[in-house]
Amino acid sequence: MDFLQPPTWAQALAAKTEYPGAVPIAGGTDVMVGLNFDRHRPEVLLDLTRVPELTQWSLEGQAIRLGAGVTYTRIINELGSRLPGLAMASRTVGSPQIRNRGTVGGNLGTASPAGDAHPALLAAEAEVEVASVRGTRRIPVTEFYVGVKRNALEADELISAIWIGLPSGPQQFSKIGTRNAMAISVCSFGLALYPERRAVGTGIGSAAPTPRIAAEAARFLADSLDEAGLWESRAELPRSLAIEFGERVKGAASPIDDVRGTAAYRLHSLAIMAARTAGWAWTDYRKAA
Amino acid sequence: MRVNTTINGTQREIDDVWEGESLLYVLRERCGLPGSKNACEQGECGSCTVYLDGVPACACLVAAGQAEGREVVTVEGLSSEATLHPVQQAFVEAGAVQCGFCTPGLVVATHDLLERCERPSDPEIREALAGNLCRCTGYEKILDAVRLAAERLSTDGEAAR
Repeated sequence: MDFLQPPTWAQALAAKTEYPGAVPIAGGTDVMVGLNFDRHRPEVLLDLTRVPELTQWSLEGQAIRLGAGVTYTRIINELGSRLPGLAMASRTVGSPQIRNRGTVGGNLGTASPAGDAHPALLAAEAEVEVASVRGTRRIPVTEFYVGVKRNALEADELISAIWIGLPSGPQQFSKIGTRNAMAISVCSFGLALYPERRAVGTGIGSAAPTPRIAAEAARFLADSLDEAGLWESRAELPRSLAIEFGERVKGAASPIDDVRGTAAYRLHSLAIMAARTAGWAWTDYRKAA
Repeated sequence: MRVNTTINGTQREIDDVWEGESLLYVLRERCGLPGSKNACEQGECGSCTVYLDGVPACACLVAAGQAEGREVVTVEGLSSEATLHPVQQAFVEAGAVQCGFCTPGLVVATHDLLERCERPSDPEIREALAGNLCRCTGYEKILDAVRLAAERLSTDGEAAR
């Protein structure tokens, strides 16, 4: 095995071109588990922790460009108000030690359906910036997850950053785990309201082969709010509407039975989480008036 | 490969490191520092918690090469030879140590908490220690130890001022 530690992004991309099988490592919270348990023996480990720009974030117009190597702890401490949904999801990741090391870039690289950041990224309509020596491209996060633990990266590409628009309305996140800390999600749900264009963003975690949105449910909720004039009146969210939204979110999922929970439980809890997050977000929206 | 790193204030040059091994393995097997414990090897239990450039991390999830040029502080580095750190002393006095396997990680996590927060509330203590598992104590004595250490450190701090 080789251990490469490029000091610059250009050198990191050159290394990934030379060794397409190289496994990138940042916080190590996924990669090292595989190594410790002898699950994989990559020919090359590509340590990205020395590339300065990966650990930076910046405000670019109406969006945050989040370097792929910014840790969850820093998202919580530095971006809580600008990326509220992602910050909520970040608070549910592992433990302080894990949040100190784990990164959103790593979550995307692993592309586990259970990754905590994914529902928040989907609801916020994020884009993943990836690069190779051939150039840089931006992939809508909805197109980034292509299978169980598979993503849209080409063999010579690395994740450089995540673009997330500043919130135009409330965002919420909910996760069911087997306990409060150190829990991989049984299932999770992210929601964002876009009052200026009367739209709703959704993200489902751990309840399908990939993280995915609930497009039909989101349209249903947005249109129902519109038809009842609720975006303007900011009147209470009818309970029946929240419940129907939850049922439709459930319809967008296709979970399996596994060690963490049954498919039936996931569907049930997903409907409840969707209804609850809609209620919480709507309460935030009413307060913001 | 060779890894150059500072461990508990001493510059170390460690040879014959396998590229895929963890910082934890380097500390325990190559540097004679068995304080950090090897238990779950997947970041679940916190018993290998060390400071890496001042930030608590599970040493089992840090690739050895990632410590190149960095500063590592282990539980051994918290006390002087003659005296225990107040956090360690509080763990002893409060009966927070039973089998002792989780203790080094809890001591480092507590040390970090009290550096950041002088008088943590109980929810803050629980959150700070959420990544450290103990199967003996039921955690009550550990919470007592953290409260005791916080009280002593903040009293000492006030006396020093």
